[in-house]
Amino acid sequence: MADRAEPTAPLFDSAEWDFETIQRSYDAIERVALDDLELDVYPNQIEIISYQQMLDAYSSTGMPLMYRHWSFGKRFVHEEKAYSKGASGLAYEIVINSDPCISYCLEDNTMALQVLVIAHAAFGHNHFFKNNHLFRQWSDAQGILDYLDYARGFIAQCEEQHGEREVEHLLDAAHALMPSSVFRHRRPPHSSLADERTRQRERRIEEERAVHYLWDAFDHPTQSSKTDEEARKRKREMGLPEENLLYFVERHSPVLDSWQREILRIVRNIAQYFYPQRQTKVMNEGCACFVHYYITNDLHRTGLLTDGAMLEILHSHSNVLTQPDFDAPNAMGINPYALGFAMMQDIRRICTDPTDEDREWFPDIAGSRAWRDILKDAWANYRDESFIQQFLSPHVMRSFRMFSLTDDEGKPFYTVDAIHNERGYHQVRDTLARSFDVAEFDPDIQIVDVDLMGDRHLKLHHAVRNGVPLDEKACEATLRHLRQIWGFDAAFEE
Amino acid sequence: MAHFIDRRLNPKDKNLGNRRRFLRRVRSAVKEAVDESVRRRKIADVDQQENISVPAEGIGEPHFQHDSKGGSRHRVLTGNKKFKAGDRLKKPPSGQGGPGGREGAPDGDGEDEFMFVLSRDEFLSLFFEDLELPDMVKLSLKEITISKPHRMGYTAAGTPANLSVSRTMRNAFGRRLAMRRPTNAEILALTQQVEELEALEKPDAARKAERQVLREKLDKLLRRRQVIPYIDPLDVRYKYFEMRPEPAANAVMFCLMDVSASMGEREKNLAKQFFVLLHLFLKQRYDKIELVFIRHTQIAAEVDEDTFFHSRQTGGTIVSSALTEMKKIIEARYPPSLWNIYAAQASDGENFSGDSQLCADLLANDLMKRCQYFAYTEIVDETEADLMNSEDNGMELWRSYRQIAEVWPNFAMKRISRAGDIYPVLHELFARKTSGASHG
Repeated sequence: MADRAEPTAPLFDSAEWDFETIQRSYDAIERVALDDLELDVYPNQIEIISYQQMLDAYSSTGMPLMYRHWSFGKRFVHEEKAYSKGASGLAYEIVINSDPCISYCLEDNTMALQVLVIAHAAFGHNHFFKNNHLFRQWSDAQGILDYLDYARGFIAQCEEQHGEREVEHLLDAAHALMPSSVFRHRRPPHSSLADERTRQRERRIEEERAVHYLWDAFDHPTQSSKTDEEARKRKREMGLPEENLLYFVERHSPVLDSWQREILRIVRNIAQYFYPQRQTKVMNEGCACFVHYYITNDLHRTGLLTDGAMLEILHSHSNVLTQPDFDAPNAMGINPYALGFAMMQDIRRICTDPTDEDREWFPDIAGSRAWRDILKDAWANYRDESFIQQFLSPHVMRSFRMFSLTDDEGKPFYTVDAIHNERGYHQVRDTLARSFDVAEFDPDIQIVDVDLMGDRHLKLHHAVRNGVPLDEKACEATLRHLRQIWGFDAAFEE
Repeated sequence: MAHFIDRRLNPKDKNLGNRRRFLRRVRSAVKEAVDESVRRRKIADVDQQENISVPAEGIGEPHFQHDSKGGSRHRVLTGNKKFKAGDRLKKPPSGQGGPGGREGAPDGDGEDEFMFVLSRDEFLSLFFEDLELPDMVKLSLKEITISKPHRMGYTAAGTPANLSVSRTMRNAFGRRLAMRRPTNAEILALTQQVEELEALEKPDAARKAERQVLREKLDKLLRRRQVIPYIDPLDVRYKYFEMRPEPAANAVMFCLMDVSASMGEREKNLAKQFFVLLHLFLKQRYDKIELVFIRHTQIAAEVDEDTFFHSRQTGGTIVSSALTEMKKIIEARYPPSLWNIYAAQASDGENFSGDSQLCADLLANDLMKRCQYFAYTEIVDETEADLMNSEDNGMELWRSYRQIAEVWPNFAMKRISRAGDIYPVLHELFARKTSGASHG
């Protein structure tokens, strides 16, 4: 960067934006992002939208295309009310993991905020989406918009053919099971839009093989001599135990029509698409915040941003990155933005300006100076849980004043296990890392058996961790939905 | 490389379909809330936006989730001030979250009530639901008055189409006078003089000097004319228009109701729906509507809306007292030359014997001449409604009013026992309005 020291005219000096200024600023941001930070991004598509459109996008889980369902309407009226009452502001942007990467910017943003938002979403999030291993492996950025378009068309068509009510009931059930319908361990079968269409055609004409097996079993003459060996074989053939509930129901439910199976498939595919995002909140936001902070500071230093614009950016930046204390009235747990940003800034500090403590904790990276590579490696190869486990430094724990607390049922008190001191660092870090593990906060529910020869009751198993039970009321309501689409009884194993 | 797309002009109601599905889902609860709010609100405010809260059951989205209690939990909190490892903190009494345990329920799950805002349109649709209005009328009631531009003087800014030439020229003329812009005639005269002098073949010194002076004067005038324009942007005036609702006229609506003990809650609710409907109709037709509430037992009094619907009074029933009171108020405050007078009367049909003829006389001789429209509803039980299905028989008041209805076309009367009966009372009024609209 030879021209750094030269005084440059600022990109803009008023709060109003226009497309020309945005384009000019985008180019400046892009120069820093690609040449200095060496980010690797999908092509960007930046869309300016009004607040109504932002509310629309909010309520359909941020996606530009979504099938119709009342629950999105519910979210919409809820958000609309909160917004019109001033109870909650709107996000400055929404960014979609697709290729090209679509970011929505609100038209009400000032020019300074547009710069912040473009640096944050169009480069920070974009780089993360393109490079993180979870996204690369589990979600299909090229295909998602096509797929949603297909899903929307298909469900609309079903509504026409079978009635809105019918489709609504099915979607209710599918949504209830959605969080328990992702493949956590094996790679989901990949399929393109063309494959989807073929599959759907085939489905219409072909008898489902699994159901065929059911009917076959129904008439089978020698049932009484069922042995353990046969049961094991049967389970193996049906792929039991199965963690993806909708997948199992889609394949094996004796009562569903092929269009219903297709809808279940759509819902679980969407659930799968969002699965990586749930595992990388801290990293994703941290990466975006780090990138926008670095880029805007760089632009300010070279004179491309005025002091006023920079102050406005810093104001928004620090609003988002507040970490309230546990006893503050606005306490809401760990703020993933704050934690992610602090850890990434800290990695940079360790690389460029390490203390003795850092040398002891991070001998590989302390003082290596190559913080760009180390951060990019972290962004690519970790998720929240492993990232915290690997990179949370005592310095960050101290600055957040972290402590870990145990809440045992039955005891009248909480216990402070560890605090931010020499003896506690490891334990605090372990606890924090585990609390960001999806396997920890999602209940582990699997279908373990279905008694096909008899009453076809579906048996589920909840692997209890640390004695934490399921919420009974929600659980019963969800089971009702499951029974509806399975067609027979479903219950948890005693 | 980036694409920039301006989506702001794209349709913004992407979610209407979802919103409609949601409302259908909570329909019965919303309808109840709407009816409740009609009961609660003032007549004039009925068609405002409304906050509706519906019970969360039926719109819950359950899934398998961990219970918020039980088991052994570990979590990391921030902002430690004085704790050391091994400290024990007393748990707060159950029902409250622990320290930092404020885990707000996401997407509104777990709330008992779900609040949201109904638009005016949605609200009215639900309000109209059991009134059994014809679709045409529903549409015309929802329509908000059209306003038309009216001339309101001049402004300095506007579009060329609204340019006021005469006012602009007048301003320019005044300015030219004040700034002493040289006129064409002045310059022409001077030019002629200069030309004459120049035409001389052998001017003497005096003539030369004169020519010099005149030429300088001419130059000065020409320069002055250049600097002071004929029309300056300062002079330009535009006609100013203000949007005014059309038609602009005043109406007063009299609500008359029998509040003696025989009028129960059901009767009052029906009466209120009746009044609201008439008010909605008037609101759309008139710019300004005043409401007058007259309640009566054996004596009548003007009261405010709250008292009108909610307070109880005991006593006999003399209907003519209300009509007399109405007459008094019209004479005192609402000269028929300035006000369109509408009246709506609700009663259970009982009257002090002998008084009904007096009522008929009051109406025939006086009130009907002044009123645009008078609607009378007799609120009866559903069982009674079956018995008295003929228009002809009824109690004394009903029979007296029948005479009026025969003579005066703008007098409407009807027995109502449920909300669906209300509309026919006002039927004629709406019919006139809609046919008028199609002609106009």
